[in-house]
Amino acid sequence: MAGKAKKTTGYSMSRALVRRETIAGYAFMLPNLVFFVGFVIYPMIQCVITSFFDSTMNRADIFVGLGNYIELFQDGVFLRALWNTIIIVVVSVPVTCIFSLWVSSIIYDLKGPFCSLLRCVFYLPVVTGSVAVAVVWKWMYNNYYGIFNYVGKGLGLIDKNINWLGDERFALGCIILILLTTSVGQPIVLYVSALNNVDASLVEAAEVDGANRMQCFWRIKWPQIMPTTLYILVITTINSFQCFALIQLLTSGGPNHSTDTIMYYIYHTAFKLYRYGYGNAMGVVLAIIIAVLSAAQFKMAQSD
Amino acid sequence: MKKTMTVRSKCYKILSIAVIILLAIAFAFPLYWIITGSFKTAKAINSTTPQWIPSEWVMDNYQKLFSKQRAPLWSIGIPFTGITFAGPTVPASIRWLMNTIFMAVVSMILTCATSAMAGYALAKKRFIGRTILFSLIVCAMALPKQVILIPLLREMSALNLYNTIWAVIFPIVGWPFGVFLIKQFAEGIPGEMMEAARIDGASEWKTFTNIALPMIKPGIGALAIFTFINSWNDYFMQLIMLSSTENATISLGIARMQAENSTDFGLIMAGAALAAVPIIVVFLIFQKYFTKGITMGAVKG
Repeated sequence: MAGKAKKTTGYSMSRALVRRETIAGYAFMLPNLVFFVGFVIYPMIQCVITSFFDSTMNRADIFVGLGNYIELFQDGVFLRALWNTIIIVVVSVPVTCIFSLWVSSIIYDLKGPFCSLLRCVFYLPVVTGSVAVAVVWKWMYNNYYGIFNYVGKGLGLIDKNINWLGDERFALGCIILILLTTSVGQPIVLYVSALNNVDASLVEAAEVDGANRMQCFWRIKWPQIMPTTLYILVITTINSFQCFALIQLLTSGGPNHSTDTIMYYIYHTAFKLYRYGYGNAMGVVLAIIIAVLSAAQFKMAQSD
Repeated sequence: MKKTMTVRSKCYKILSIAVIILLAIAFAFPLYWIITGSFKTAKAINSTTPQWIPSEWVMDNYQKLFSKQRAPLWSIGIPFTGITFAGPTVPASIRWLMNTIFMAVVSMILTCATSAMAGYALAKKRFIGRTILFSLIVCAMALPKQVILIPLLREMSALNLYNTIWAVIFPIVGWPFGVFLIKQFAEGIPGEMMEAARIDGASEWKTFTNIALPMIKPGIGALAIFTFINSWNDYFMQLIMLSSTENATISLGIARMQAENSTDFGLIMAGAALAAVPIIVVFLIFQKYFTKGITMGAVKG
């Protein structure tokens, strides 16, 4: 596929030009390639290779074939973590997408600085950083000093203090709530900009033809913001799969593995138990799940 | 019919805006709680009735934060050499802040420089292997970054970079989002301008600096602020790569402090405020570029 014959005025690409372009191209790529290949591609390959080994600190790796993968699907904790991860994704992805679309559709045509102010506020939890967010929520969820118990009792919703993060029934839900606040910021920014780019003449034409608000939205605007929706679906899915800091800081996977996710279990396996090979096998499985899901989302969007 | 429609849709809109404003207050609340919490007295924090507005503003928590651990203000190691320069001793949290700023700034500069060149080449140079490289970049972007952390850790140990700030910086620079973003901007450089420069005999480097660079400047601005904020908050990488107190970043330092003093909420809020406020200020100042970076990255996502 040498140079795909760039059409330029006068001459097609000669051999010398192809060479010049290739040399220049790689010269410009080089600084980036050093980092990209060295610290992204090489570890990825290593990840796949090590997943076939029993690998730990201070000893040579032992080849175990598919051993890690077989163990994985018999490991109750892993399956529990996989299940929790799926719950997180299934709840947080649709809620994030619908919520951000709703907020954006209301605020995108507000006059003055209101729109950007609101957009900023919804982005704040992302910028605040996962550690600061996690520690303040830990305080708010606290059994004795937390405001959730105080407000809940004040409103008569609960009659005695609940240990939100320490109770198997609530812990995962609490984590998902925090995750939601930190994941709607980017979709809102994207939707607001997409809705502002919708062809206004089409909307006007539809209104003249007597289309109501709902028709206008679903028939005219929705198809035009579809690519944005797809992108949001993909990034939100990836983000929800990667939910880690909240769990590490708030519950460490507990109580009784009720908040274990794949990401946290990988961390636990690799950096607490030092089973690198086993952790890498989980990483590969996670990557495959995400790749399949992303591909499915693309297919769905194309068939629409 | 038409009139009732508009009245109803106006009502819907006003009601929705009211709900959204309430939600926005709820979204801003944790930040408010961090900042006010950091100035509350121990008594106000450990009471079962929360003080919505602190009745008494004190600096106790910050004093405790700054008196806890101490570390040299800087000790910059040159990678692969083992040479370090150490500075005067200060509270550890100040050192963490210095580490974080250094990490974020260096990541930002390196990412922008390498991505600008690579993105330009991918968009404008018709070289052999370009399509394959680009598909590789897109695929790598879709995969979760955390998956590669285990091999990355072993690689960093082998390179003697483990527990140095460079172990955090290098993978950030390698992450291909920047190249992807700059490529979107560089597509807009008109081919005729580059052709003209070539005919005038300008070197490749001159063409890049004089013609391409001014045109992709907005992209670089967006990427700079994006990288700065993301690397500041990249907790997982920092957690795994940095082990000593002196080399910790502010997020990591606060997280460790939280593990040790999990019930001293005042102290932890002071730490959280120190970690969050600087980056929020940066975000508010450069908000416009940031928004642009997010939306441009999505255009062809």
